[in-house]
Amino acid sequence: MLLFSKKSEAFLESELFHNFRGSYSAISGAGIIAFFVFIVVLGPSLVWQNPYDIASLELLDAYKPPFWIPGGDVHYILGTDGQGRDVLASIVYGTRISLLISLAAMVCSSVIGAALGLISGYYGGRLDGFIMRVADVQLSFPSLLIALFLMSAFGNGLGKVLISLTCVGWVIYARTVRGSTLSEKQKEYVQAAQAAGLPNHKIIVRHILPNVMTPLIVVATIQIGTFILIEASLSFLGVGVPITQPSLGLLVKNGFDVLLSGLWWTSVFPGAFIMLLVFGINLLGDFLRDELNPRLR
Amino acid sequence: MISYLIKRIFQMVAVLWIVSIIVFTMMSFTGDPTYMMVPLDATQEEIAHARALLGLDKPYVVQYGIFLKNMLHGDLGRSFVFRQPAFGLIMERVPATVEMVMVSMILALVLAIPLGVFAGAYPRMKTSRAIMAGSLLGISLPNFWLGIMLIFVLAVQFHLLPSSGRGDTVSLAGVNLSVFTRDGLLHIIMPAVTLCFATLAMLLRITRAGMMEVMKQDYIKFARAKGATFHNVLFKHALKNALIPVVTIFGLQLGDLIAFATITEYIFAWPGMGKLLIDSIYMGDRPVIVVYLMFVAFLFVLINFVVDIIYTFIDPRITLR
Repeated sequence: MLLFSKKSEAFLESELFHNFRGSYSAISGAGIIAFFVFIVVLGPSLVWQNPYDIASLELLDAYKPPFWIPGGDVHYILGTDGQGRDVLASIVYGTRISLLISLAAMVCSSVIGAALGLISGYYGGRLDGFIMRVADVQLSFPSLLIALFLMSAFGNGLGKVLISLTCVGWVIYARTVRGSTLSEKQKEYVQAAQAAGLPNHKIIVRHILPNVMTPLIVVATIQIGTFILIEASLSFLGVGVPITQPSLGLLVKNGFDVLLSGLWWTSVFPGAFIMLLVFGINLLGDFLRDELNPRLR
Repeated sequence: MISYLIKRIFQMVAVLWIVSIIVFTMMSFTGDPTYMMVPLDATQEEIAHARALLGLDKPYVVQYGIFLKNMLHGDLGRSFVFRQPAFGLIMERVPATVEMVMVSMILALVLAIPLGVFAGAYPRMKTSRAIMAGSLLGISLPNFWLGIMLIFVLAVQFHLLPSSGRGDTVSLAGVNLSVFTRDGLLHIIMPAVTLCFATLAMLLRITRAGMMEVMKQDYIKFARAKGATFHNVLFKHALKNALIPVVTIFGLQLGDLIAFATITEYIFAWPGMGKLLIDSIYMGDRPVIVVYLMFVAFLFVLINFVVDIIYTFIDPRITLR
């Protein structure tokens, strides 16, 4: 406990926190993210309807507009969709799915990407050449198109979206980590560890990895936003998550089908949530990038 | 230079060959297309016969060999749905997509460069900060949502612009184009604006970053000291060097525009090759998906190649190896 409080005290006095307090964009970014964390953790207990429990749906309440528009119902703050599902409740559950996939994809692709980047940077040689060539070729194709192609081959499903996002995302981590590893490898502490006879895998994991964490964290933060957008785009095109587990992107798609009849609230609100979420992540990600890694600016 | 070109062409062929293997392998996991071809009440013998006719009873490697051989002979397979050569189907739709991508690219460049130069030259001004915040919002915006908002406001609420299709087209040297008719121009506005937004934001940020870097350098100070006007320094001295990273990113952005065109075309029912891809994915029309991917891969490899060549003309410090 004492250790914890000492650590948090050190954090409160750090330059990072000082600059954070002075930056409006970083504070708003963190605020937006805190709001979404709140939704994800407590959301389901705050909305009164479970949109996937058919018993709680009233078909008679289909396509109610938001409550401030005549015909709206205070029960349904943001209106309802064609099955009488509360739009706000769908958004809360959809946000959970969108964030879950993106966070999982971030973890998977950063682990795989960092491992490949460390190996590539530390050992060099042919393996390095091969991994980086694959990365180069992959980077010359847009991520959305690669993900779209993979999903068209796999079919819909949460796990399949996760695999596609990981296949698309590892490259950027691998490149970043490889670059940092190359510069760390030249430093004396690594040479000292090598001279002491430590096996390579221990040098990589215990000595180099902690020193390449900072750029990795920066890239990871920004990458979550990209993952959310790609997942939303895939789901919007109908090749992402299955209909039984709609993410925010799929909610927009479902709403888009009735948009031309003037029923705008079923697509506009979920889309606004995607934008807000990604905007918050980008604000904080930009701040972290400028603070922690001025070279990437 | 010549040896570089030869090396690059070999690399391009190698990349396309690997892409063909990946695409072919992935597509053969998607299930048996025989059932798409036979009537619902087909007997076992008829199905087996159809499978043999399609060559699907042969081992995987043989199938790939036939696919590659046919491709090199210019035969890229027939669409299961349209019963036409898949390559022709895609070629028919290329002009619509290229037209939309070009219009968005021009829109993005025309808006991004002045805004980026301004935000880079006066980084502390309120307007610059607003431009930067706006561009971050532009990057965060899902482009399908922007399209939906435009349709809702401009087409559904105010009936200002048509929400779908391409409108009237004029045939120019055998290619149908929308931009030269009034109706077509009205149709292209919303898709082009939707598509250009992310690219606009990205190009703006890169122009600004390049500008800020360049403005710190000695030759800018020297030009000012020599008595050149600030405007001249900005657009004649600084912009030239600030644009180098923009050209690099341009190729990647062109690729992104082609990829995101699939979404835009889907929203606005724009009859381009992206919409054809989405329709084909829905209907399991494997040959069209394969040909689309091969064609787009070819385009990207070509774009990267051209960008690398252009690069040496803009920046003489770079030599091709």
